[in-house]
Amino acid sequence: MSSEPRMVEVRKNVLKQNDVIARALRERFRDEGILAVSLVSSPGSGKTMFLERTLTMLRSHYRVAALVGDLATENDARRLARSGAPVKQITTGTLCHLEASMIQKALDGWEVGKLDFLFVENVGNLVCPSSYDLGEDLRLVLLSVTEGEDKPLKYPTIFNSADVAVITKMDLAAAVDFNEQALNQNIQAVRPGMKVLKLSAKAGEGMQEFLDYLSKLQRFRLQAAPAF
Amino acid sequence: MHELSIAMSIVEMAQEEAELRGNVQIQAVHLRLGLLSGVVKDALLSSYEMACETTPLEGSRLIIEEIPVEIYCSNCEAQRPVHSIQYFCCAECGTPSAEVRRGKELEVAALEITE
Repeated sequence: MSSEPRMVEVRKNVLKQNDVIARALRERFRDEGILAVSLVSSPGSGKTMFLERTLTMLRSHYRVAALVGDLATENDARRLARSGAPVKQITTGTLCHLEASMIQKALDGWEVGKLDFLFVENVGNLVCPSSYDLGEDLRLVLLSVTEGEDKPLKYPTIFNSADVAVITKMDLAAAVDFNEQALNQNIQAVRPGMKVLKLSAKAGEGMQEFLDYLSKLQRFRLQAAPAF
Repeated sequence: MHELSIAMSIVEMAQEEAELRGNVQIQAVHLRLGLLSGVVKDALLSSYEMACETTPLEGSRLIIEEIPVEIYCSNCEAQRPVHSIQYFCCAECGTPSAEVRRGKELEVAALEITE
């Protein structure tokens, strides 16, 4: 009955199911002319404030909506809804990250009409979200000036899964002796050539530059040119 | 920590593969794990045991092959190991590169089965 063990080849991606859904989402966004932007960061680095401001400012020219992931509570969705944009909370329960299927489920049956931008705020976590493709076109990793300039070296994987680094809370830079050069150096060490934006959602500094960048990407999207 | 849900996906995938091959018993699962996969080896090993409980894979082993990170070096015009995961440059000539060619794998490579 029992025999010598033998090896059989499988060669299958463990996250295949997630990747298949992410690919379908990406195609859907492209077909519908939506630019999907996701945000990852540690808890407390200012994702929600930044997103509220972004939604508020973009709304005068674009159709925008946001999905926001958290383990529990709908607080962030309520905060974001102040922008006037449609917002939907995804509560993950005990899960420390969003997966593509959650995005798909949240979008199905959500009557938001045509969109130019969809924002997805991931659960505050610099580790787990890096493994999961959400079908987004652009992934922002946020980092506040209060977090320490060596954070990229501690979490190189998330920086490698993201496209742009956004340094937040620049209005506090002087108070915490923020060393911009050191942070830039560390970002470039783990991800050479990475685009870095500095801003303060509260004071408004740097926000326009970020929005101009998004608008440019959205124009490329509409022209169906390979922007990325 | 997302290693438990990853471990459960591995167990599920291994079970499906076993079923495709008839009534076989899985002794071990061979996994290729890139250093940039975002998954921690030790956490995955202990999660695997938990994920196997009360499944036909209970008692099976998870054998992990860690895959180093390699980038494309424009200076060497070749795929090269990175200096380190904190320093993305060619280990041979020092040219920076973000073009990752290897090291994001999270793949069930093979199964050891008995009939």
